[in-house]
Amino acid sequence: MADLNKKQWTTEPITPVDSPEWRQFLAGAAKDMNRKQLKTELDAKQTTKGAKPKVPMTGKDWVKFAILVIISIAFIVPILLVLMNSFKSTISVSNEPFAFPSGDTFVGFDNYNNGIEKIDFFPAFFRSIFVTVFSVAFLILCTSMCAWFIVRVKTWYTKLMYLLFAFSMIVPFQMVMYPMSFVANQLHLDNMIGIVVIYLGFGAGLAVFMFAGFIKSVPLEIEEAAMIDGCGPIRTFFTIDFPILRPSAITVAILNAMWIWNDYLLPTLILSNQERTLPMAIQYLRGGYGSIDMAAMMAMLVLAIIPIIIFYFSCQKYIIKGVVAGAVKG
Amino acid sequence: MKLKSCFITFYKFSVTAFMEKAIKKWFPLFALPTLVSFAIAFLVPFAMGIYLSFCKFKTVKKTEFVGLDNYIKAFSGDKDFLNALWFTTKFTIVSVITINLIAFIFAMLLTKAIKGTNFFRTIFFMPNLIGGIVLGYIWNMIINGVLFYFNATITTNANYGFWGLVILMNWQLIGYMMIIYISGIQNISPDLIEAAEIDGANAWERLIHVTLPQIMPSITICLFLTLTNSFKLFDQNYALTAGAPGNKTQMLALDIYNTFYGRVGYQGVGQAKAVVFFIIVAAIALTQLYLTRSKEVEN
Repeated sequence: MADLNKKQWTTEPITPVDSPEWRQFLAGAAKDMNRKQLKTELDAKQTTKGAKPKVPMTGKDWVKFAILVIISIAFIVPILLVLMNSFKSTISVSNEPFAFPSGDTFVGFDNYNNGIEKIDFFPAFFRSIFVTVFSVAFLILCTSMCAWFIVRVKTWYTKLMYLLFAFSMIVPFQMVMYPMSFVANQLHLDNMIGIVVIYLGFGAGLAVFMFAGFIKSVPLEIEEAAMIDGCGPIRTFFTIDFPILRPSAITVAILNAMWIWNDYLLPTLILSNQERTLPMAIQYLRGGYGSIDMAAMMAMLVLAIIPIIIFYFSCQKYIIKGVVAGAVKG
Repeated sequence: MKLKSCFITFYKFSVTAFMEKAIKKWFPLFALPTLVSFAIAFLVPFAMGIYLSFCKFKTVKKTEFVGLDNYIKAFSGDKDFLNALWFTTKFTIVSVITINLIAFIFAMLLTKAIKGTNFFRTIFFMPNLIGGIVLGYIWNMIINGVLFYFNATITTNANYGFWGLVILMNWQLIGYMMIIYISGIQNISPDLIEAAEIDGANAWERLIHVTLPQIMPSITICLFLTLTNSFKLFDQNYALTAGAPGNKTQMLALDIYNTFYGRVGYQGVGQAKAVVFFIIVAAIALTQLYLTRSKEVEN
């Protein structure tokens, strides 16, 4: 805001930064002080609302545009091929995967019915949703609380905990998978509830690390004020820190949801074959001796991709932001 | 005046101390759930893993200490582990170079004033969300479809599997890396580019002397992300070729998995391989940490 205050006195035209705060500021300033200049500024802004700075595209740019169109088609083609093949007969999928379904190679929704029956698609789908939703919810709740504890209490054991969490990020899953499945088995965690605990433990490293990084930037004074006013630690955390942590929580949620939804190896080792999650169910289509029913496989791949694409297009902004933030911090 | 500030400092200090004490009491609620599950999922298995790599065992309950025997077996018994190490290294080098090069070119294209940049960004990023198993079977179908015209399948020749994996990995990661490069390029101050233009630098010189040095942090992040992702690859490898033909397209993670669950009595060897794998991955991660830290000091 200090920056904006300075700008208000310059005679040069204000650079068009279009943010809610800026507009609110302009509106507020115009109302309070009734400055003509600012008012015209505001009007000018509203008339050009939504219009992006238009730079005319030159011939060279059109060539680049055409190249990008071709590349993006090439990027979607694999998914379209899967969709197309999901309506074809098994022989046609393996012998002429690039031909359109026609006449006797077109089998309608047979592959879908066949595949759904073979791998129990819908139970597997809902199990995946269950595991993902509960693991992510517990991860956010528990690790943010733990991170707050680690940052706010400074003793030897919180420092040690922080180091261990950071260390766990560089350990590949293969290192711990065999003993982990043994431990899970001994503690009777080899079921749908247990796997949530395992995901909480295994995802804790990155999540605590990211939350702790954010909490360090939250000024201590706010919490002190709350505590002096009589808030206990629980109320302080949930009324003050938890709402501020929202951006980090979204990042943590997206990174972990993507990981858990797509994870194949961990559920394979923990869950029994009757409790298949979606990736396990798809892998289950590869029968013994490596034979695959490719037609049913195509149909199941389509069903597995559709929810991801819907999810992606509905909160694309958060996903891209979250993934980039995760990459930079992790 | 001095007394007052002294008092405030003391007061503040005592508030902080009071807070710490109050929070400390709630250890079981705040920290314990995460800590317990972390111990179950990571700490205990990690310690056990180190110990088990020195043992011969079929189940964890009955172990026999054999010293370094497992490590010797991992490297000398059959050539699977060394082959997998070589295959993984080859694959990692090729995919790191191709992914970063292509992603950078895309990012340069998309930071120009071209229509629909957001749309292209969305499309290129999409494959990154699809899980490894699904990706593996998508490309299994496509590559087998192409090779069908040459009377071959992806498991006919190890080279097919290799390049299939490279293509798959490119398709998956280019969009992701591109996004990181784009945010790096957009952070470069336009003044710098303008200054270079005024000094008479052509497009190539601007790229080499202005853009690349300015986005070094993004380059480091992308290089290491692709490096660790390629090196630790499992799902895609498992679904695309499952190591065929004859374990020739088997990467390290898959080899470890097969040693654990495919051969009775070799669990100890599998654990030893896993420890070696861990050491390599940790070395890569620590190198990255060192590089980013030293860059931060320079700036």
